[in-house]
Amino acid sequence: MGKMDMAPRLRAGLLQAVIKFREAGILVFIVALAAVVTLRTPAFLTLDNFRDILLNISILVIVALAQSMVIITRGVDLSVGSIIGLTAMMVSFVVVAFPALPGPVAMVLGMLLGMVLGSFNGVLISFGGVPPIIATLGTLSIYRGLVFWYSRGTWVNASQLPPGFRQLAKGSVLLLPNIILGAIIVVAAVYYFLRYTRTGRDIYTVGSNPDAARFAGIRVQRVIFLVYMLSGLLCGLAGVLWASRFEAAQTNTAAGFELQTVAASVVGGVNIFGGSGSVLGVVLGAFLLGTIQNALTLVGISPFWQLAAQGLLILLAVIVDSAILRRLQRFASGAQRV
Amino acid sequence: MTKPIGSAATTQQPAYSARDTLARLLVRWEWLLVVLIIAVAVLNTRLSPFFLRTNNLLRTTSDFMEIGIMMLPMVFIIVTGNIDLSIASTLGLSASFMGWLHIMGVNIWLAATAALLVGALAGLLNGVLIARLRLPALVVTLGTFSFYRGLAYALLGDQAARGYPPAFTSLGQGTLGRTRIPVALLIFVLLALAFGLVLNRMTFGRYLYVIGNNEEASRFSGVPTVRIKIAMYVLSGLMAALAGLILAARFGSTRPDIGTGLELTVITVTVLGGISIFGGSGTMIGAILALLLIGILRFGMGLVNIQGQVQDIVIGSLLILSILLPRLAGQLSAIRSWRGATLGKIGLALLVTVLFGWFFFWSRTLIPAK
Repeated sequence: MGKMDMAPRLRAGLLQAVIKFREAGILVFIVALAAVVTLRTPAFLTLDNFRDILLNISILVIVALAQSMVIITRGVDLSVGSIIGLTAMMVSFVVVAFPALPGPVAMVLGMLLGMVLGSFNGVLISFGGVPPIIATLGTLSIYRGLVFWYSRGTWVNASQLPPGFRQLAKGSVLLLPNIILGAIIVVAAVYYFLRYTRTGRDIYTVGSNPDAARFAGIRVQRVIFLVYMLSGLLCGLAGVLWASRFEAAQTNTAAGFELQTVAASVVGGVNIFGGSGSVLGVVLGAFLLGTIQNALTLVGISPFWQLAAQGLLILLAVIVDSAILRRLQRFASGAQRV
Repeated sequence: MTKPIGSAATTQQPAYSARDTLARLLVRWEWLLVVLIIAVAVLNTRLSPFFLRTNNLLRTTSDFMEIGIMMLPMVFIIVTGNIDLSIASTLGLSASFMGWLHIMGVNIWLAATAALLVGALAGLLNGVLIARLRLPALVVTLGTFSFYRGLAYALLGDQAARGYPPAFTSLGQGTLGRTRIPVALLIFVLLALAFGLVLNRMTFGRYLYVIGNNEEASRFSGVPTVRIKIAMYVLSGLMAALAGLILAARFGSTRPDIGTGLELTVITVTVLGGISIFGGSGTMIGAILALLLIGILRFGMGLVNIQGQVQDIVIGSLLILSILLPRLAGQLSAIRSWRGATLGKIGLALLVTVLFGWFFFWSRTLIPAK
């Protein structure tokens, strides 16, 4: 690592190259996978199946983007699954009691609740100085415990939820299902935010070098607080969509989802040490996870193998990444000597 | 991990300094844990007259031995500044492998030995990827977390292995000879002594602290960092497999989801025990005291009929507070002015908390309990 620290600019350049390569790499992988699966099951390469994959990954894309913003600042948010579970439960209680509540209001309510839960993480981490992994590990337990306490161990099922709320995810605008539309809006918003706003650029600066960011006048604490708050907000949105799509809120809703979101981010090329990662990469990472799941089902491989395949994919992604990075580094240092 | 996760918020001071300052005030972190344990024990005796019965206390310990056994190598790993998220999945894989062999008709002790071997191999893979290929421990063990659990499902699917012979189930349910000491407790005590001695008295253990303080420097001073890190992950896999055997023996059956989520409890106990998540500091005694504290705390909450999941609220809060409180003094004194904006922010935070609390309790009553 020493050489990399001495030449941060070179390092940034290398990471950029890896990201570019990564995005292309995932695409190639997806195309190759699609080709193989289509040869065995022609049903794979149909518009309907493509829509199915998109439907399945919409929520993952939203939360994976939230997770990526956190990881870019060198943090991690392990509480995303619990925030989704808690907001899904609370919003479901409210819409069951007030069936006339318009869908968009329920969505805003979910985002507000998620924002509060995310802000709590943010305060602990940025102002309290608690390491992210500890703080969010704690709130993972706390928020999940609150779901149980809140619901008294019961759940909200499809027959209780008003049709208007269920329509939130099921409905569509111009043939485009609402839930996919929601994911597209979030992707566009996060893309704009990270690329073209000052705060968005600050997130990268804080992640690649917190000390330099501080000297450059960036309010590091505030940026870190912000990413956890945004993560909570997007998880709140995801919670409402989850309850609407699966027409239920259970005590274990989205349990373990944090790992899938980290997986999508890492496979999508977000550097776990912070400072780099792209929206396009994360979307492709989530799409790859979704495609693999879909393909395994279509080819008829037991669903019991899916978890193993997902784990293997994460390992492959980091191994390939580091191999490329090392190759590039050697190449770069060799070039310098000449 | 060359750079700990989350150093952005804390780069100004090393992670352990705030706690060390307070530790000097309180003499040691461990004393605080002892005081807490005594307080909870006194509270428990008030809640239930049955708490202090030897039988009860001994029986309760068996609920925590799997966690304790996995905690021992976790102390090693966190002391070096690394992490292992895959232990519960390794536990599941090993126990499922044993169950699978048992269904195939293999002798149970042979199957158990094979399961231990699988656990060690699972740890070896983690270790090689982390130490040899220098990949971040968080991502590697996150990957193997899914991978090993997935293999457990692939082995057993939706069936459960059962019908273990009594000689085997006594590993998790039995007591030692005519005494009332559970076998699992004895195994844990012996292992804890061994791990404690290695950490404090042997070169291997001292090297762990050296690596945790500065891995680069330790490598240049001739510490065999790669071999040590691989060894500690192999130990972690092996202990997870042993915990899996004991858990399977206690349940008398194995399902592929056995032990799901235990890694979080193990990490919580370890960090609560005063092992810095950034590596380099912490003691085995502290970790064992934290295990004891969580154990009697859960037992006490069980006495007053608090659900397991709701108990997690207390455990999670304890984890956060154990890090937050020692830092709070320093963080508060870092605030330059107490006027205007600062007070406004604190007021806003309080207002939001109160509003959220009100909404939580109000909306909770919207649907009556079933």
